[in-house]
Parts: sequence; structure tokens; C-alpha cells
Amino acid sequence: MSAERVTTVVVGAGHAGLAASHFLTARSIDHVVLERGEVANSWRRERWESLRLLTPNWLSRLPGLDYDGPDPDGYMTAGEVAGLIDRFAAVVAAPVREQTALTALSRTEGGYRLSTGGGELLARSVVLASGACNVPVTPSFAAAVPSGVRQLTPFDYRSPAQVGEGGVLVVGASATGVQIAAELQRSGRQVILSVGEHVRLPRMYRDRDVLWWMDASGVWDQRYDEVEDLDRARRLPSPQLVGGAKRETLDLNALTELGVELVGRWAAVRDGAALFSGGLRNVCSLADLKMNRLLAGFDQWASSSSSFEEIAPTLVPARTRLKLDLGSGEIGTVIWATGFRPDYRWLDVPVLDEKGRLRHEGGVVDSPGLYALGLPLLRRRRSTFLNGIEDDARYVVDHLAAGLV
Amino acid sequence: MTTIDNGVNVQALLDAREVLKGAPEAAQFTWRASSKWTRGVHSTTTIEKFFGLGQEQTHKAQTEYASDHPAVFAAEDNGITPIEYLLVGLAGCLTAGVASVAQNRGIQLRSVEATVEGNHDIRGILGADSDIRNGYNDIKVTFHIDADASKEEIEAIVAQSQKRSAVFDALTNPTDVTVEVA
Ligand SMILES: Cc1cc2nc3c(=O)[nH]c(=O)nc-3n(C[C@H](O)[C@H](O)[C@H](O)COP(=O)(O)OP(=O)(O)OC[C@H]3O[C@@H](n4cnc5c(N)ncnc54)[C@H](O)[C@@H]3O)c2cc1C
Repeated sequence: MSAERVTTVVVGAGHAGLAASHFLTARSIDHVVLERGEVANSWRRERWESLRLLTPNWLSRLPGLDYDGPDPDGYMTAGEVAGLIDRFAAVVAAPVREQTALTALSRTEGGYRLSTGGGELLARSVVLASGACNVPVTPSFAAAVPSGVRQLTPFDYRSPAQVGEGGVLVVGASATGVQIAAELQRSGRQVILSVGEHVRLPRMYRDRDVLWWMDASGVWDQRYDEVEDLDRARRLPSPQLVGGAKRETLDLNALTELGVELVGRWAAVRDGAALFSGGLRNVCSLADLKMNRLLAGFDQWASSSSSFEEIAPTLVPARTRLKLDLGSGEIGTVIWATGFRPDYRWLDVPVLDEKGRLRHEGGVVDSPGLYALGLPLLRRRRSTFLNGIEDDARYVVDHLAAGLV
Repeated sequence: MTTIDNGVNVQALLDAREVLKGAPEAAQFTWRASSKWTRGVHSTTTIEKFFGLGQEQTHKAQTEYASDHPAVFAAEDNGITPIEYLLVGLAGCLTAGVASVAQNRGIQLRSVEATVEGNHDIRGILGADSDIRNGYNDIKVTFHIDADASKEEIEAIVAQSQKRSAVFDALTNPTDVTVEVA
């Protein structure tokens, strides 16, 4: 069977792939966007019901598509994000092929060969925009959790109604973990939250959304080649933030107030018991110190003379439990909010490092004509968010176009 | 600019970190101790060789540590108790961490003192109450640090030192321990 030829293939019709399409079209580079499901698939299929963006609406702008709705300070639901991305696809008039999964990508003489559900493609260049969060990450000891305890990942979790009786152990205290823990505790279940390293932020600082400060003071504009420890910065957990009309802070103190029990990082399963680290106090003081440093930086940037707006330190219980018998019935469900990773199982080009991460310089992958978009801190700190795609996609497509001449 | 000298060769450590990123085998260390019973609950533990950077290594000198138990345990007190060695390890590790982090952050230390207290309910080891654990219930470390730095900077150094501490990790996280008879 003869392969179809196209100059560029974009993999994934999330906001990143569509932004690539936008700039490719602007440069009249013929291309197709492959999508295994529908446009904005991850927002339709891989988010829980109550999810709202933690970034305010005014920040969720895409290239050529500013927020023009009635509530710039609000936070979109997952469904609204899918709607936004749908509109973006229409504005861009992106040549998306839905229900067309990429199953193999390999290098050829002049570019790349792509196998898809809809046949073979040959392309001179490829933009990988297949997402940074395709697979929920769980620790290996998840396999040792007794079968009487139900295990869910954020991809399986929909709402409290779906979680059976009994207590819930939520593992991980980043945005996903704190949001799910709060909603389950509010639904009347006893939640235990296992807390490792985390990023604490207040929702509002000096009457403005904390993300306003990050945006305005230039924190998000820091480039990947200016960041001191890029590796660590790219692995930084998402901040403890939630979007909602009340613009409330959802840090560990707020969860304690709701009645959530805090324990240390879940370190192992032994004899049917979960063993938690005794280092909770340390991860909390690290998070407090970093938060205070960030906020002090905002004040410095604003040359604010008023003294630093004090935020109470994280209240760590005098004693946290180090052990939980998983067979006792106290816990009916474990929810792993332990992060996500990209899925590159179809990638037959040797561009992954020993940890399975894509080797790239600001989106330029270590193989000619191969590019990436949508990864954390791809080119700037803002790359991690929807809002960061414009500059990244423009740069990557410029580089790609220069390679075609 | 004044040069900061806490006596830690941080550059060597940072260089090692870079080199070991590409050579995980070389980063595999095995620390060893061997002990010999003397009499009663008194024993001596010797430390001399270890394995690291892909080969056998030897300390400059062999060191001996006596373990015994105090007179209140009806023992002869020829040395500190094994569980006190954990406190020695923790204090030593966190203090080393404080010096290294301070050096790396360009902070001159003048003095660093740590007091370590471990609360231990000995009914556990005596088998008097099976609900009580054998080890420490909690450990508290108090640092007194004199340095050219703000209180906040010092707190950050101490927090970072815990984050990087081998002994803090060994005490706070479970470890798979195998004991067998050869
Ligand atoms: C729980 C959660 C909450 C988040 N909250 C926020 C937030 O509040 N604010 C914010 O700015 N960002 C948020 N993000 C981050 C944001 O989702 C990402 O930046 C964004 O979704 C990434 O977009 P993308 O286009 O790179 O990837 P995706 O939106 O994941 O798009 C990738 C697309 O590629 C498709 N695909 C994957 N593999 C293949 C294949 N082999 N063949 C064909 N198609 C394929 C997928 O179906 C998908 O449609 C959140 C992410 C998660 C997971």
C-alpha cells in the first residue's frame, strides 16, 4: 500500500496540536493533525466531573482567541475547556483527522513514517503534541495493596457518588489530590491524604489571584535555559490550587479544617499495611518556605512598602500515623493522585532518555524534523499551562519551517 | 566579595552529581559494619571497608564503636546503646547537610550545634505491651546556628538538609531489612 505524503504531521488535537496547526497554516505548510479520539479528547474523557481549571479565564487565551466571555476572573469547567478548544479548532480550520490514532513513528531517509489506524503517512517533519498527561503514574507497591481495597486513578475517578462506602486514602497532595480529597471529605467520607513534596499557594494574594502575580511579575516568562535546575523544575508538582466562584485557598490547612487527616508520603506496603513517612513536617516547611519566598518576590517586584502579607504556616498534626492496616476496613478506596506521564509506546525513534522522557531543547527534539509541544516548561514556565502555547508553538513552527527550505 | 568557607568542597559534590547522572552503577554504594559480641550486652562494631564507585574502598582508619547498655538496664555501660547510634547518625548527617547547603548557598557559618532527643517507650522492647513499638516514638532535633544569614535563610538550610539527608530518610521511611544466619 502506498503511503500518503504530507509535509508535516501534528500528533494530537489538544490545544497544543491545534496551536501548531495555526502557525503551520499561517506559513502555508501543508499538514494534518492526527487525533486518536475527538478534538480536546483529554478534556472530554480524562477529567473528573467537578474539575475546573486552576487558571483564571483571562489567562486561558489561545493564539488568536482571547477570552471574551462574561467572567474573566472565573475558572472554566472541563466541558468549557473542551468547548474552547472546539472553537479554537474551528477558528484555525485545523485539518484534524479524528479517530485516527498514531500507532508507530519511525525515521526514514527524508523524514518520518507514521502508521495510523487510517493508513501510512510519510512526512518531512512531525510535531508531537500528544499530551504530557496520557498515563496516570502509580508507585510499584500499588500491586501490593490488598484486593479488598478498590484503587482508582484520576482517569477512573468521576465523582464521590462513584466511590463506595468506607474511608478514602488519597495519595498525593498536588492540585489533583487536594481537589479530590476536599470533594470526597465534603461528601461525608473520611479522607486520609498522604502528602509528599508539594507546592503551596494561596488562591488570592493582596486581593488578586496568585496567578495574576505570577503572570505580571514575570515568573512564568522564565525561559528553560535560564532555570537553574531544569530537570527539577520540569518535575515540579502542580500547585495546591482549585478554581471556583469563592476563590478559596485549598492548602493543607484548609483540608485539615474540613476534617481531612494528613499523613506523610506513602512509602511502602508491608504485611498488608500502608507505611507512611515520618517526614511530613519537613515537606510542609519546605512548601511554606518556598511559598513565602515567592510571595516576598511579588512584593519586591511591586516595590510594595507595606509589610509582607503573613500567611499562617502549615499546621502539621503533633503526631501523624505512620501505619494503616489496609485490611481493617477503615479504607475502602485508594485514589492515586501521584502524577501523570506522556505515553510514547508508538515511538520508534531513539529520542527518549533512560527515564523514558523525551530529549529536546525547548521543543526541538534530538532527531531532525521532530518537534514537541505541550510538555512542562518546554520553553518557558508558562508552557505548563494552556496559556503558554502561543510562544512555544510559534517558535517550534518557525524552527520547523526553517528546516524545510 | 568575601569567600565563604565552611570547609565543604561543594564543587566536588556538584561535579560528582553530574558525573553520576550518566553512571548510575558507580553511584551504588554498600556501607558495611561488623560486630563482635564481648560479654553481656556489650559488643564492638568495626567499620573500615565499603564499596563504591565500582570498587572496594577503605576508610583512612578502622573505627571501633562500643555498644552496651547503661547501668539502669543492669548492664555495664561500656558504650552507648545501639539506638543512641541512630541519634549520632542523624545529628551527624543533618549537620553535614547544613554545612554543605550553606556552602552551596554562599552562607558563612560560625557555629552549628544540634541537640537530638528521641522519645522511646521501652515497654515495647520489654514485651510489656504489644501495642507499643520497639523503636523511637518520635525524635526531635533542635539546631542552634550562628551564621551570616537571616532566620528564614537558616530555616531553609535546615529544611533542605533534611530533604537531602540519608539518615533522616532511613529513619522516616521504611527499609527492607533481611536478617539471616549464615
Ligand atoms: C488534571 C489536569 C488539570 C489541569 N488543569 C489545568 C489548568 O487548570 N490550567 C491549565 O492551563 N492547564 C491545566 N492542565 C494542563 C493542561 O491540560 C495541559 O497543558 C494540556 O491539556 C495539554 O494540552 P496538549 O494539547 O498538550 O495535550 P492534550 O490536551 O492531552 O492533547 C493531546 C491529544 O493527543 C491525542 N493523542 C495522544 N496520543 C495519540 C496518538 N498516539 N495518536 C493520535 N492522537 C493522540 C489525545 O487524544 C489528545 O487529544 C491540567 C492537566 C491535567 C491533567
